[in-house]
Amino acid sequence: MSDDAVNPEEVRHVAALARIDLEDSEVDRFAEQFADILAAFETLDEVPEVDRDADLANVMRPDEEHDCLGPDRALENAPQSEDGYFKGPNVS
Amino acid sequence: MSENIFITEAEITGDADADGPLAGRTVAVKDNISTEGVRTTCGSRMLEDYVPPYDATVVSRLKDAGATIVGKTNMDEFGMGTTTETSYFGAMENPAAPGRVPGGSSGGSAAAVAAGDADLALGSDTGGSVRCPAAFCGVVGIKPTYGLVSRYGLVAYANSLEQIGPFGQTVEETAELLDVIAGPDDRDATTREPPEDSNSSYADAADGDVDGLSIGVPTELLEGADEGVVETFWDALADLEDQGAEYHEVSLPSVEHAVEAYYVIAMSEASSNLARFDGVRYGNSGGYEGNWNDAFGRAREEGFGDEVKRRILLGTYALSAGYHDKYYKKAQDARAWVKQDFDQALSDADVLASPTMPVPPFELGESLDDPMQMYLADANTVPVNLADLPAVSVPAGETDGLPVGLQLVGPAFGERQVVRAASALE
Repeated sequence: MSDDAVNPEEVRHVAALARIDLEDSEVDRFAEQFADILAAFETLDEVPEVDRDADLANVMRPDEEHDCLGPDRALENAPQSEDGYFKGPNVS
Repeated sequence: MSENIFITEAEITGDADADGPLAGRTVAVKDNISTEGVRTTCGSRMLEDYVPPYDATVVSRLKDAGATIVGKTNMDEFGMGTTTETSYFGAMENPAAPGRVPGGSSGGSAAAVAAGDADLALGSDTGGSVRCPAAFCGVVGIKPTYGLVSRYGLVAYANSLEQIGPFGQTVEETAELLDVIAGPDDRDATTREPPEDSNSSYADAADGDVDGLSIGVPTELLEGADEGVVETFWDALADLEDQGAEYHEVSLPSVEHAVEAYYVIAMSEASSNLARFDGVRYGNSGGYEGNWNDAFGRAREEGFGDEVKRRILLGTYALSAGYHDKYYKKAQDARAWVKQDFDQALSDADVLASPTMPVPPFELGESLDDPMQMYLADANTVPVNLADLPAVSVPAGETDGLPVGLQLVGPAFGERQVVRAASALE
């Protein structure tokens, strides 16, 4: 996506990275809308560099065993499971 | 009138302990907050049949306090919207303004309180999703300081920005619900013990005493707002002045960039958070044909609506090689700048006041076609999330018969200050 226009091929590329299939009509509509939205995002160029000294503290806990969700409960929402495992599509 | 306020109606009863602070009270819970055994859809087809195996921390705290949960409320899909129209389960009407939207994304929660379907409600606020529907439905809503309320069991949209917050008919009742849900949680490492040493409750702060209160009015948050909204806002400030408060104008130049910074950060976080929905462990499955990338692409095409796809794609783009510095890094600079501006303005004022929304509630269907126009409606609420600060939206009156909300913003963990100031408007 260049600064001036958003090309449908680039929408397809980003959609592939995000693992979302799109219809052709969606690609065209998104290309048009993204041009508008990215033009607004460009105005962030006017923001000065700012010192970001975040006030952060580490939060620690003892490394101890505790109860957690059992396999039966964890698998309750899986569309498919096998022998106590999640079943997914082919990796290759 | 109450149609579509709830995605799932279900009674979840709390502890029978009649002494609990919420005994006898009904609470509606936004459908992105996990309830054990009761489906939690996030307003999405992706999670249409998802039934959480555990409760969110806030839900456990409601039960311990004796509350009765009456249902899971309608919302914009995954919290992405300002009107509750992006819900897979359908749009809904504003009970306080027929023919208009209830605001979003926690539209069902605000509407449940406005329609009397629940005494209280919980929503979540990533960029205004509690305060906007509170303003549009004429009820009270609080967005807590980042870290005051546990997000454990809240389905994440943009974790660095969001907090669960309460709704009620009055400031005091809303603050009572905040008292129940606030406080550190071992299961959310971003929660903190509030640094102040006050032992009094948030509800006790709703005493209406604004004598000597100093209010800053950020001029940028009035620019471009609807005339009737601005007029209602000034009438409410005059009311506070009559009760002994004083106000002065302040400038927050950074907020001119807040909407863009917010959307870059929120979309980037969303693109990462929503990567978990692949239809294997839970959610809509893309089937088992072809390789896993094909299956995930199908699952996500079917499961997500337009606004969610739009935000995931733009977030993926903003984080992609070559664009990260241009968008994401600049947005983080803008976020730090917004924080500095608020810190400075709050060094000479106890609270900052503005209209919650620059416009009255939209008509149903009015705004779905132009996403950027819709994002700009969040101009007054998103800066507060970028700055991690607490804010309340309290009814300020009406313009042409439509509710107008006034937003009060306080310093970090200054919930009592905003509760006290808001209670003076009732």
